[in-house]
This record gives sequence, structure tokens and C-alpha cells, in this order.
Amino acid sequence: MAKRIDVGGLNAYYGGHKAIEDISMTVEPRSVTAFIGPSGCGKSTFLRTLNRMHEVTPGGRVEGKVLLDDEDLYGHGVDPVSVRRTIGMVFQRPNPFPTMSIYDNVAAGLRLNGRVRKSELDTIVEKSLKGANLWKEVKDRLNKPGAGLSGGQQQRLCIARAIAVEPQVLLMDEPCSALDPISTLAIEDLMGDLKERFTIVIVTHNMQQAARVSDRTAFFNLAGVGQPGKLVEIDETARIFSNPSVQATEDYISGRFG
Amino acid sequence: MDISPTSATSPPPRPTRAATRAGDRIFLALSRGSGVLLLVIMAAIAVFLTVRAANAISEDEGNFLTTFAWDPNSAHPTFGIAVLAFGTVVSSVIAMAIAVPIAVGIALFVSHYAPRRLASPLAFVIDLLAAVPSIVYGLWGALFLVPHLSGVYSWLDDYFGWTGVFSYSGGPSRSIFTISILLAIMILPIVTSVSREVFLQAPKTQEEAALALGATRWEVIRMSVLPFGRSGVISASMLGLGRALGETMAVATVLSPGFVINASLLEPGGGTFAQNIASSFKESGELGKDALIASGLVLFALTLLVNGAARMIISRRKEYTA
Repeated sequence: MAKRIDVGGLNAYYGGHKAIEDISMTVEPRSVTAFIGPSGCGKSTFLRTLNRMHEVTPGGRVEGKVLLDDEDLYGHGVDPVSVRRTIGMVFQRPNPFPTMSIYDNVAAGLRLNGRVRKSELDTIVEKSLKGANLWKEVKDRLNKPGAGLSGGQQQRLCIARAIAVEPQVLLMDEPCSALDPISTLAIEDLMGDLKERFTIVIVTHNMQQAARVSDRTAFFNLAGVGQPGKLVEIDETARIFSNPSVQATEDYISGRFG
Repeated sequence: MDISPTSATSPPPRPTRAATRAGDRIFLALSRGSGVLLLVIMAAIAVFLTVRAANAISEDEGNFLTTFAWDPNSAHPTFGIAVLAFGTVVSSVIAMAIAVPIAVGIALFVSHYAPRRLASPLAFVIDLLAAVPSIVYGLWGALFLVPHLSGVYSWLDDYFGWTGVFSYSGGPSRSIFTISILLAIMILPIVTSVSREVFLQAPKTQEEAALALGATRWEVIRMSVLPFGRSGVISASMLGLGRALGETMAVATVLSPGFVINASLLEPGGGTFAQNIASSFKESGELGKDALIASGLVLFALTLLVNGAARMIISRRKEYTA
């Protein structure tokens, strides 16, 4: 269920502005890869190039290669819609569909892919909610609106919605930044379970979080305001936080800048 | 919540009187006065209308609700609103049925499909349509729409004439259906621009949620934009319906009135409340004017009913839009 991502020479633009420059890296399957770096370094932009969400922004443009197990996502004739069905995404702010019930939120992606039998749908919804550690809290009110849940529950609902379609990769863009510490802990625990089945990439501003949940960490930086963001280094998380090979990484992690 | 520990035993202290300034007092008096004045004017209008209407209805020798005639000026005044109510409701409902889907389509195109270079001029043209005076629509309807619709109506008669609703004998098409089409064109801009505003406010986060699940453009609209815009579209439609119900000059210019209810919507005849008031006011005597006021009161009640229904539909969906 999980695939490897190989990125080669990737540039992304907003209109005439180059947001990230020449990024190459490998994201290992069945592991958590964390992106850290100061604001504006392009880590969120880079994350959004991985499922072709960047080009949805007006003026958004991408150059370079993103290989998902040797298949180029930006290749000729590749449909961005099918890319996004294979690579799920969880956003900074929980965004369940407000007019849909909890059940319908989880089922939303499956219904896009065509008609699914009700019994099968029930099974997948239950499995996904269990996978997102939310089943026990909502099993008695599946037909209530998803917007009635707490922030942390809503975010886990969004994770359930994303994993219901069995993606190869799960991208998470600062998934805990709008949540309280207890909800954050719940989601961090969940990531440990989810990496058994999915390739997970998480953008975070919280370095402790990166240290806690990730197997590998990538540090991004930018030379100055208006300059494109670049990948400084990517390595085992333990190594990045104890003995990074680049001085800038150590400065950032020890709080000397950023 | 009780935050004062002493108030449980002792009576609450009298609120201290804040010092007031002359400016505040004058402004308060002015705004309160305006509010009261509005209520007084409304009450005066209501009393006037009700008294005159009651007078007319008591003189009516026919049945005010069911009589198919409008003859309040004769020695035996007989008049009823059945034909007017039918014409008003049917023409407005058909106008809605034609205009709302087209308006929603245009609004979605402008807000979510059209490139920005095309979207702004298009939105401007639509707003411009709303600024055309209704008498101009009426003239256009009478001079262009009426002669050109005969062919369409003959075609409708050929294929759907058997239903009775679309039978057509070939006269000038100054019928209920023609004014429905004209009303549809007239309410199109208001419904479109209100819907467009609502669709533009659909939260980006919802659209991204749908996109990230692998939704196509249409699916994004169906999952996030339409549910968000639903109550807005209902309000927009009701604004349009309100305009269609009360439209006067365009209808009076195009319709060939008659106090009959035709099974066929394509044949001339029928009338609407507003059109009847405009057409018969000048030739009416005292009682005739009172009768028209009574019919106006019914139109007012109808509009009120429509607005109330719209509010109910919108508030019923509140739970989901929290």
C-alpha cells in the first residue's frame, strides 16, 4: 500500500516568483518524513507539489520530476485528479465538509470513485474511523454533522476521510498547529500506527514533534526574503537532531535563528 | 454566571448612572424617533389599505376570491381575484423555473470556471442587465419577443399540444407564458449576481479538501460550493420571485389581459395583480380604486408568505451550516 517518492530537480513558482529551487530527495515508504524550517522556506509549497495541489493556486507552476515508484506524477498525460486519489492530504485547519454527516464525510472520497455497496461502505467507514482512533467517540452519532465535533476530533475525521480511499501516501500540512496539546498527542500516536500502512510526509513548525514522530527529517531554508527556499539536508531524524552535517541545521535546531 | 460573592445575600447594587453627553442624547433621540416614525407610517398605510379594502369587499356582489370578473364600476359591482392570483403565481413560478437554473449556471461559470479576464466583464454585463428599466423590457417584449415567439409556440403546439397546457391557435402570443419568459429574463441578473457573490465566498479550505480527495472540478463544486451556497441561492431566488410577483410595467405592456383562466398558457388572457392595478386604475371610480387596493393587499400578503417560507427553508438548514 505504500510507495516511495523520488523527487528530482524540482522548482515551483507563484507566477513569476520562484518559491522553491532545485529540490531532490527520496521519501521512504512506510515511514514518517518530517519537513522543518523557518516560515516562508517553501516546505508547505513543496508538500503541495507532491500531490499536484500547488498548480491549483492561481499562477502555480512546477518544473522537475516527482516519481512515485518510477511513475512520474508530472509526466505527459498524467491526470492530476488521479494523482490526488493516490496521494491523500490533511490540512492545517480541520476542514470536514460542514453539510455532511460524520459518516458521509468519511465516505465522500469513496463515493467519488463510483458507486459502492452500502454494506461495503459501512465496513470501510468503520475501518477508517478506527484507523483514525475516532470510532469509539463517534460510533453512536455517525449521522450527526461533522462540524459538531471538537477541533481535534475534526482533524482525526479528516484523517479518516483521507485514509478511507486507501492512498499510497499521506501528506500532512501542519496537522496539529490548530489543536490543543492533548489532541496533538492523539494525532502523533495515530501517525505511529498509520506508518505501518502508508508513506507519511508531515510539515511541522514544532521541532519536538518532528523529533517525536518522524524517522527522517528534511531541513529547508531560504537565503533571504524573496529568495527561493532550498533543501539544506535530509537524514535520519536522530542524526539531524544530534549531529547534523550542515551548520545551518544545527543553528536552527538549537534555536540560534528562525 | 454569578461572579460577585456578596450578591447572594445582599440585593444587587443599583447600577451607577453613567454620565451622558449631549451628543449621545441627541443621536439617541434622532435614531429612536426614526424607528418610531417608520412604525407609525407602516401602521398608517396598513390601516388605510385595510379600511379601503374592507369597504370594497363588503360592496362586492360576487365572491372576492372566486369570481372570474373585474367589474367594480357597474351598478352591481362584481369582482374577484381568482384570475389575478392564478396569473401572478403561475407566471412567477414558471419564470423562476426558467431563470434559477440558468442563473446558477452563469454564477458558477463566472465564479469557478471562467478565466479572470472573462469573468469580470461578464459579471459587469450581468449587473448591467439589472439596471435596465422594466418598461424597456416591456417594450422589447412587446415588439421583439411577442412576434418571434409565435413560431416557437406553434412548435410547442405540434409536439406538446395534446397536454392542453401548450395548445396554441396562432394568434398574437401576448400570453401568460410570454410574460413568464420576459420575467425570467428580468430576474436573471439579480439571481445571478447574488448567487455569484455567495459562490465566491465558498471557503477555499473546503474546496481544497474535495480536491485532495481526487475530486474533479464539477465534484468540487458539488461537494463544497453548492452545499455552501444553497441558502444563498434560495435567498437569491426569493428576491427574484419577489420581483416577478410585483412586476408591473413589463407585464402590462406585453400581456393581453382577460378575465379567464385558459387551460393553455400560450393563449392570450389572464392577468396579474400588479398589471391589473396599472391597467384599470385610471378608469376606476371610488369603489373601483378600493377594489384594486384590496387586490394589492392580497399581493402584499402573498409576497410576505413567500418571504416567510424562504426564511423557514434557510433556517431549517442552519444546523448544518454552523
